[in-house]
Amino acid sequence: MKKILPAMKIAFRALRINKMRSALTMLGIIIGVGAVIAMVAVGSGATERIQQQIASIGSNVIIVMPGSITASGIRLGSGNAVTLTIDDAKALARDCPSVQAVAPSSRSGAQVVYGNNNWATSLYGTTPDYLTIRDIGIQSGNVFSQQDVDSDAKVALLGQTVVNNLFNGADPVGQVIRIKRVPFTVVGTLVPKGQSPTGQDQDDIIILPITTAQKKVFGVNQARANSVGSLMVQARGPQFIQAAQDEMRAVLRQRHHLQASQDDDFTIRNLEEVFQAQETSSRVMSILLAAIASVSLIVGGIGIMNIMLVSVTERTREIGLRQAVGAKTKDILTQFLVEAVTLSILGGVVGILLGILASKLISIFAQWSTLVSPGAILLAFIFSALVGVFFGFYPARKAALLDPIDALRYE
Amino acid sequence: MAERLIEIDQITKIYKLGDVTVHALRGVSLEIERGSFVAIMGPSGSGKSTLMNIVGCLDKPTSGTYVLDGVNVSTLSRDQLAEIRNQKIGFVFQQFNLLARTSAAENVELPLLYSSRAAADRHQKALRALDWVGLAGREQHHPNQLSGGQQQRVAIARALINDPQIILADEPTGALDSRTSVEIMALFQKLNRESGLSIIVVTHEPDIAEYSDRIIRFKDGHLVSDQPVLAPRDAKRELETLPAEEPEEAEAVTQ
Repeated sequence: MKKILPAMKIAFRALRINKMRSALTMLGIIIGVGAVIAMVAVGSGATERIQQQIASIGSNVIIVMPGSITASGIRLGSGNAVTLTIDDAKALARDCPSVQAVAPSSRSGAQVVYGNNNWATSLYGTTPDYLTIRDIGIQSGNVFSQQDVDSDAKVALLGQTVVNNLFNGADPVGQVIRIKRVPFTVVGTLVPKGQSPTGQDQDDIIILPITTAQKKVFGVNQARANSVGSLMVQARGPQFIQAAQDEMRAVLRQRHHLQASQDDDFTIRNLEEVFQAQETSSRVMSILLAAIASVSLIVGGIGIMNIMLVSVTERTREIGLRQAVGAKTKDILTQFLVEAVTLSILGGVVGILLGILASKLISIFAQWSTLVSPGAILLAFIFSALVGVFFGFYPARKAALLDPIDALRYE
Repeated sequence: MAERLIEIDQITKIYKLGDVTVHALRGVSLEIERGSFVAIMGPSGSGKSTLMNIVGCLDKPTSGTYVLDGVNVSTLSRDQLAEIRNQKIGFVFQQFNLLARTSAAENVELPLLYSSRAAADRHQKALRALDWVGLAGREQHHPNQLSGGQQQRVAIARALINDPQIILADEPTGALDSRTSVEIMALFQKLNRESGLSIIVVTHEPDIAEYSDRIIRFKDGHLVSDQPVLAPRDAKRELETLPAEEPEEAEAVTQ
């Protein structure tokens, strides 16, 4: 170990003497490491954004929608146009042990009026559980209660976009808005959620009790009075998602009196599956780019080997002299190995800085989110050092095994 | 003073250069006592360089034995020989062989870098050695800022730094003018007489050989004559009679 420090001093001197050559040699490593860092940053930035989006929908969420997309073109159960009901929701919550909560929801659009302002927005008729499942917080006021749902209470929760467009900064809680001429009392406002994964404004909504919505606003006919647009289901945990899906399918098939030969008249979708596909493709992309970048690293390593071989030839007399005054095989090997590793590590450090800079530029100009992880930096550093050791070993060995007499006489 | 430093017994050295076999040494026996000043002479191809390489532990004989300071070095490994060179031998070359772009002091320190002895006062030691060879004040000069004679003094300081048993000088004055040559020989004589250091000088100049106490001549791989010098020249006294030159300044000397 005490030999490494003088060897590093010698290495730095040797590299300083040929500044231009050292810089050009390092370029391969710099580009390779920089590219790896930037690519991994883009990749993990995308992954993180997807995870955030999944979190914005709510954790462990499963959506049940009416109809079947696996029906090979023929819509089965056509006699029963209404496939999901509020009772289905209650049954799922009651009969599926892996299910934490179920919220039926129906959606519609409507013009909303407050004073002189009006605004077109999305209405969600649902139950209080919906807010828990989707992890929607209350900014001010309160959530309506299950009692409000049962009693068809005319109460509403407003998203931030709606508040901004109707109230001009006034406090909406306790005010009365009109939805299709029906007066609703605002009981609370929602914490802003930002954009959905598909780019929708998740704050441009009004949430109403589902019973009130269906009877007073949506105006569905009496035969379908119980039908809902979809069911939001929350599993007890990530490991229960699959079990919950299986239980729900069994319960719903039984409730809908489906024969074994009939396809489902509903679709169960696990949101994380959707985004997993997206995540996988972005991961494949970044692995591909990292592979290309590591080719650059290898090319950089070959550049180092080339220059080290030239350096050994140029300094043959110096090597001979060092051997004559007592340098052992190991000493010469160490000296040239340290020189190669110094080159590659220096290139690696510059490459890391350049990669961080590049990923910052990418997020500024291309508007992609990037994430430079310490793990990637450490990996790039270790990898560049390994490149130095690997490609520096052959020239160093060649130097160490020179014959001192020939080396001293070398012109 | 009769202790034997070098005992060479019937050594041969055979090189193969392609199809040609070269008999560089054809059975040479030689003894050198501690504290002697020996000159080795002979035309090129006589085997004197080969002998020097073997004596300097840079090469191993094909047959025969070589005992240096009580150790049979003809059987040692590559790294063991490096250790011997580091601890017991100081080299001085015709072309000085200093590291370019490296200060005089750092050049002198070089053997200490490979020494197993603890060298906390490495730099102080180098400064003392440079002072001893008369280069005080030029410790930070690089070789290209020193004259040929000064460069050779740095090389001698480097050879002395590890307190060797013997100095091997291969044509040490071959690249120097005659006055500087005498100065270098004066340095060797001082080392030999005041410090009792053994010195072997290889030279083809008869008047340089006359500063030694013993001249050994080689020809065609054989030792042909081995004679004491009855009245060795005294370099120090000669220097006093030589006309004084303007002091050497930092003139660039191309090697």
